[in-house]
Amino acid sequence: MRFSGLRVLKEGLSGNKGWGAHWRDAQPKPEYDMVIIGGGGHGLSTAYYLAKNHGMTNIAVLEKGYLGGGNVGRNTTIVRANYFLQGNSEFYSHSLKLWEGLEEDLNYNVMHSQRGLINLFHSDGQRDAFARRGNMMVNQGDDAILLDREGVRKHLPYLDFEQTRFPIYGGLYHPRGGTARHDAVAWGYARAASDRGVDLVQNCEVTGIDIEGGVVKGVQTSRGAIRAKKVGIIVAGRSGQVAAMAGRRLPVESHVLQAFVTEGLKPVIDHVVSFGMGHFYISQSDKGGLVFGGDLDFYASYAQRGNLPMKEHVMEAGMTLMPMIGKARVLRSWGGIMDMTPDGSPVIDKMEGIDGLYIDCGWNYGGFKAVPASGWCMAHLMATDTSHEVAAKFRLDRFRTGHGIMDEEGTGSQHNLH
Amino acid sequence: MRLKCPVCGERDRREFYYMGDAVALQRPDPEASDGVWDDYVHNRDNPAGVTRDLWYHEGGCAAWVVVTRNTVTHEILKTELAAHAPKVAS
Repeated sequence: MRFSGLRVLKEGLSGNKGWGAHWRDAQPKPEYDMVIIGGGGHGLSTAYYLAKNHGMTNIAVLEKGYLGGGNVGRNTTIVRANYFLQGNSEFYSHSLKLWEGLEEDLNYNVMHSQRGLINLFHSDGQRDAFARRGNMMVNQGDDAILLDREGVRKHLPYLDFEQTRFPIYGGLYHPRGGTARHDAVAWGYARAASDRGVDLVQNCEVTGIDIEGGVVKGVQTSRGAIRAKKVGIIVAGRSGQVAAMAGRRLPVESHVLQAFVTEGLKPVIDHVVSFGMGHFYISQSDKGGLVFGGDLDFYASYAQRGNLPMKEHVMEAGMTLMPMIGKARVLRSWGGIMDMTPDGSPVIDKMEGIDGLYIDCGWNYGGFKAVPASGWCMAHLMATDTSHEVAAKFRLDRFRTGHGIMDEEGTGSQHNLH
Repeated sequence: MRLKCPVCGERDRREFYYMGDAVALQRPDPEASDGVWDDYVHNRDNPAGVTRDLWYHEGGCAAWVVVTRNTVTHEILKTELAAHAPKVAS
């Protein structure tokens, strides 16, 4: 089934009776060439690119719940490539380019909207840092425009320009940044992978990883044993538990990050706006809800809900920046479990010492925008046993050796600092 | 979430600074291998369930507190002064 304007018109005129299921709900087979643990955004995109780029079709994605039920359905949908450090910079640049061709590639409307992202700054020092970041983005081939105060006012006239605590000096404008419909990204990859022969197995929890003589042989699941030549662990906040099945500990601590949405409103916020000083960022969904969030709750947690102090902080920051949203009523809040690494950057690597076992984790609070390139690079690693050039610095051993730590925030490579 | 400081009693979470896993109490020998130090500084059990972590009562008595709690339910099971707490979970 292909989506097209003509098809939408035809279905609209005939009662929408012709739409079928978007993917096959597969039963697990006893053996595959490759098994992906985790049916979230990164797992599904890995499966898709294994099939598309590397011709692998005897693959299963094993998901303990339902597809896209984790962080890919719980994030604030922002897509950007405004990273500073080498290692991150080329990776997110690659990801944004994949986003730009994603809908055509998947034949699926993921509602990717390049509405522009503005990071505000509030001091001379911050302006210098953002100017430098902007130069790095331009050098990488991406887009960045340094706006002064009046430049920001032109785009975001509704901000409180009179406040004195964090006076608005300007902003770094990233026109190609924006948002996408998060669930549709999971569904689009699922459908495209399934069409290429990948088995998507839901309600199938992995309970053990079989390793014999340092070589992976398969996995134990709630739906029986499955043999596999290669296994990829792509389970975000649950990375610690799944790695433990292979006898490994990871440089990962799982934290809860909250997000909020208001009732639907008429269009009022046209961009993605981030207010780093207050740990607050916001955009408006196509449905009209203001989608916003702040920082982690800052303690290890697996509860997919947050605590009240951070809610209060986020609301206060929002009111400081744009008092006009004060009358909007918050509809709901929720939390996702972030796989935090000490330096705040991810891992796409082999599991050293276990042949055939691979790990894609440590996406911290930035995993959504990485979905296309993470899958692209993880697929490359699993198919060829070599790192893709844009993900070559996402090494697991950088913490042990100290070489190649990517601390984008510059706060230190320690668990409680990101 | 409220934490019971062994000195001050039950207080708001905002009075405390979260340091991380109480593995920090088990500092290795300076001459230990880089693998041992990597485990100490970076690698974590990261349990979904009962964990022991270190909190600093920054907005109170400045005590370091070992908190035993559940990461799934946010239930606080035990708090004790780090100075008196066993180095590993008992």
